[in-house]
Amino acid sequence: MKILVITEQRQAKWNNTSFETLAAAQQIASALSGTVSAVVVGKSVDALANELAGKNIAEVLQIEHELLESYTPDGFCVALKQVIESAKPQLVLFPHTYQVRDFAPKLAAMLGKGMIGDCVGYRLEGGRLVFVRQMFQGKTAADVTFLGDGPWFASFQSGSFRADQVAASEGGAKPVKRVTVELKAEQIRTKPLELFKEAKSAVDLTQAPLIVAVGRGIKAPENIPQAEAVAKAMGAEIAASRPICDEGWLPMERQIGSSGQTVAPKLYLALGISGAIQHVVGMKGARTIVAINKDQNAPIFEIADYGVVGDIFEIMPALAEELQKAK
Amino acid sequence: MKIIVCIKQVPAKDAPLAITGNWIKESDIGFEMNEPDSFALEEALRLKEKHGGEVVALSMGPERVKQTIKEALAKGADRGIHIADDQFAQLDPLGAANALAAAVKNENADLILTGLQSDDQGFGQTGVLLAALLDRPHATIIMAIEASEGKLKLKRELEAGWFQWIECPLPAVLSIQSGINKVRYATLKGIMAAKKKEIAALTRESLGVKSEPTQKVEKIYVPVKTKKTEFLTGTPKEVAAKLVEKLKFEARVI
Repeated sequence: MKILVITEQRQAKWNNTSFETLAAAQQIASALSGTVSAVVVGKSVDALANELAGKNIAEVLQIEHELLESYTPDGFCVALKQVIESAKPQLVLFPHTYQVRDFAPKLAAMLGKGMIGDCVGYRLEGGRLVFVRQMFQGKTAADVTFLGDGPWFASFQSGSFRADQVAASEGGAKPVKRVTVELKAEQIRTKPLELFKEAKSAVDLTQAPLIVAVGRGIKAPENIPQAEAVAKAMGAEIAASRPICDEGWLPMERQIGSSGQTVAPKLYLALGISGAIQHVVGMKGARTIVAINKDQNAPIFEIADYGVVGDIFEIMPALAEELQKAK
Repeated sequence: MKIIVCIKQVPAKDAPLAITGNWIKESDIGFEMNEPDSFALEEALRLKEKHGGEVVALSMGPERVKQTIKEALAKGADRGIHIADDQFAQLDPLGAANALAAAVKNENADLILTGLQSDDQGFGQTGVLLAALLDRPHATIIMAIEASEGKLKLKRELEAGWFQWIECPLPAVLSIQSGINKVRYATLKGIMAAKKKEIAALTRESLGVKSEPTQKVEKIYVPVKTKKTEFLTGTPKEVAAKLVEKLKFEARVI
């Protein structure tokens, strides 16, 4: 099985999920006696291509074009379609990034193919590749298989594989092949303008050793102080899942998850957080995870070290009191 | 500006999920508008209020889906399109997008909006696939839309706190990021007015859509736990005391 991994970089900096996907591709290739080709796309990406050449893969495909310096969905689809048509892989793997969500389904559709996106793993069943993804916000997992001929398209969620498990090349640098693509300015319909960050975040949650986070279960903004009291008694920073920040109950800079900050504190106390994948990717690296939720089937309990099935409004005040006593 | 909003009806957030094979038992649970799509609908209504035009609510699925279309009409959409399909949950992303694309092809809308993803299957591909099938420019994870002179200026959310402005010509397809706006409630007047609004009924057959599935959901199941969770029980006071003790003396994190 020939596997193509489409890596992602911006301004010559890797999106590190690329290496997680590369690790997945190496594992699939070794199980199915396949080969891995790593694709890097952009302008002046020699250094990145050379870095990939040091990995245990068959080859690096380096795709450079003036019009690929900034990402556009049209530019990437037109270019990568040509790469896939000439490389003829059976499987094309992507890291499940915001950029990949933006173009990969279209790239697959341009080739008349489908994509299984946002996978968290795979299994082999008698040589057959089964992809595992989540449904219902993480409450269920799903086994999904491709129908029909390749190329098949799939993306892996951040954190599903470990970037430090990418195997290095044992026999020196692998070949870097430059692939020329035809791309004209008029094929690109959107125009990317400046990249920017919103007002610099005042709190750096990545440095907080203890975090108390609230989710939908907090129900109303007037209940936030109860969670803040727990945080205060513990000396923790307060944080939240996306819906809470969307509502403006806590500032955006306190959001944990794929669109917010990624943290790995000593302790993460999740109050009324169900544990949708978008949140979990931002906190599952915590050393100790405590979840308090009224729904015993909430996916957050899958990654919790300590769990309490119960009403956060009863437990928060009691917990604040016990923490005070323990000081 | 003519805007079509793709809206999915999904199981209610707190609905207990009983798994049967590769889907859930639908008979005893409630359904609601997919929350990410409600942000797309709100954005469409705001664009119409600012620039004039028409908002069309498009949805696919069994008969019950009409209720969600009516909710969109009550909030201010002008008319609805229902692609009636009892097998909707079994379609792959491309199969669903093919039907939606066929339904909107002759509408010549300026803008097609979708939510970011659905809270049930969560494929998150519909907007991008519609753009591909209709050969229109697109952008996803949109946090702001400024429309002027046949062109859009869009704020895209990237990862890790980054954003980017992009320009996009019309007609276009956009997937809206949740939280872009504050969603309105339907008013009583809106609910009354919705009763007179038209909902066109289509089917995949009437649209002449046939697509070979590219993938199959073989089964769904409760995920296998990766960690052994120690559950603490008792009164709130007992649980709180146990938890503090565990954190202090066992995990040693406080």
